[in-house]
Amino acid sequence: MAHEHKLEIFRGLWKFKSNTQKIWGVLVFLTFITIVEVVLGIYKPDIFMHTWMDPIEGGFFATIGNIILSPIVYMKPLNFIFIVLTLVKAYYITWDFMHMRDETGAMRKMVVWTGVFLICYLMFILLQEGGYVFDVYNGEDALIKKDF
Amino acid sequence: MDSTVATGTEEKTWGGGNQPLRASYGKMMMWFFIVSDALTFSGFLAAYGFSRFKFINEWPIADEVFTHVPFLHGQELPMIYVAFMTFVLIMSSVTMVLAVDAGHHMNKAKVTIYMFLTIIGGAIFVGSQAWEWATFIQGDYGAVQTKGGNILQFGEYVTVDGVEKFKRVSIDDIAIAQHGERVDHERKNGLWFVGEGTLPPYTVNEIYAGLAANDNVLVRNQLINEDGEKTVLSRAESLKQIKENGKLVVKGANLHVNEYGTTLFADFFFFITGFHGFHVFSGVVINIIIFFNVILGTYERRGSYEMVEKVGLYWHFVDLVWVFVFTFFYLV
Repeated sequence: MAHEHKLEIFRGLWKFKSNTQKIWGVLVFLTFITIVEVVLGIYKPDIFMHTWMDPIEGGFFATIGNIILSPIVYMKPLNFIFIVLTLVKAYYITWDFMHMRDETGAMRKMVVWTGVFLICYLMFILLQEGGYVFDVYNGEDALIKKDF
Repeated sequence: MDSTVATGTEEKTWGGGNQPLRASYGKMMMWFFIVSDALTFSGFLAAYGFSRFKFINEWPIADEVFTHVPFLHGQELPMIYVAFMTFVLIMSSVTMVLAVDAGHHMNKAKVTIYMFLTIIGGAIFVGSQAWEWATFIQGDYGAVQTKGGNILQFGEYVTVDGVEKFKRVSIDDIAIAQHGERVDHERKNGLWFVGEGTLPPYTVNEIYAGLAANDNVLVRNQLINEDGEKTVLSRAESLKQIKENGKLVVKGANLHVNEYGTTLFADFFFFITGFHGFHVFSGVVINIIIFFNVILGTYERRGSYEMVEKVGLYWHFVDLVWVFVFTFFYLV
């Protein structure tokens, strides 16, 4: 069986001589990301602990703007960084360890688009609902008392 | 006709000679399974996110919960051990992909070694997770649960290197034994058809007496303030909360109570890391089966090590899920 591997990552910035070398290269990269995550998680730099932007006040376009900017308006930058780094790690595990890079384009899209679309949908629905329930519990006219 | 007839079309597209998407049947089915399993896990993680958003202002802070490292007693080292576990899992993913690569070169000796290392890595990970569970269940400082189900923890302000910080105090250090009539209900001394679990280590009265006797100890509740820390109550409010609202002394965590905060946190911890741990465990079992098949030469005779590749896909998927569990349970 002939197996052909694409031997470059970062869009060709980092080329490898053999598949084995590529594996070790990816390991180095993934370890580096994990270390960055752990260091950030332990020291929690102050600059990343508060949102950089307040929600935009105003009408319809402000709401649209808030939705588009929601990762930085409603999320602590640190958490946003963690999620981005996680997705980067997930990409390299799937592409290089699971050999997604070497599969046909249709196969790749079949797996990744299905998963990504359904997961985004699920996340949106459930997190939206969770935030709503929080407002119901903690609004000024809340009928639920928890502090007793 | 009871025997297969060669029609001469096997190698043609409509005779089954074609591999759709240039992936073999087994590999494609493994990918289908992975997609559906990924959706199961994302369902769990989304449910975790739902509950967390629902209690966003009082969710336990992971750095204060997972602080232990084996053999380093009494030191607060958040993240270190899970980082180690993550590294072990990524490392075993690497040995797996090296085994797959060696399989492509039909190198039986190397496949054997790398499969073996993968199994070891998986075993270390499952063992670490068991330890993590045991530590979580056993508990740390203990707490008092209120009638409303909230958790009240204890601590005192200490100055370390010129910085004043809130240091947790264990209920074992403050509880003062009181005379009490409450005994464990056993089948032999009460209703024979009703059993009762073990009683909490202390009664709320014992904790209250201890709190009253230690002037420096304060209570903190679950609410997270602007600095991202749990709210510490004043001395008077501390005594009042324990006296009026305290209902149950909690040590450790299970599916009903959780000394670290919201019970849902413990429920999701057990459920999600448990489900992931079960995947790792079954992955190790499958790896062992494949390992013996490699040793016995099954794939050598078959002329292809594709089975190693398929189980490898599953193993990497387990690693992939852990990356997300790590982020959403320990980091975010």
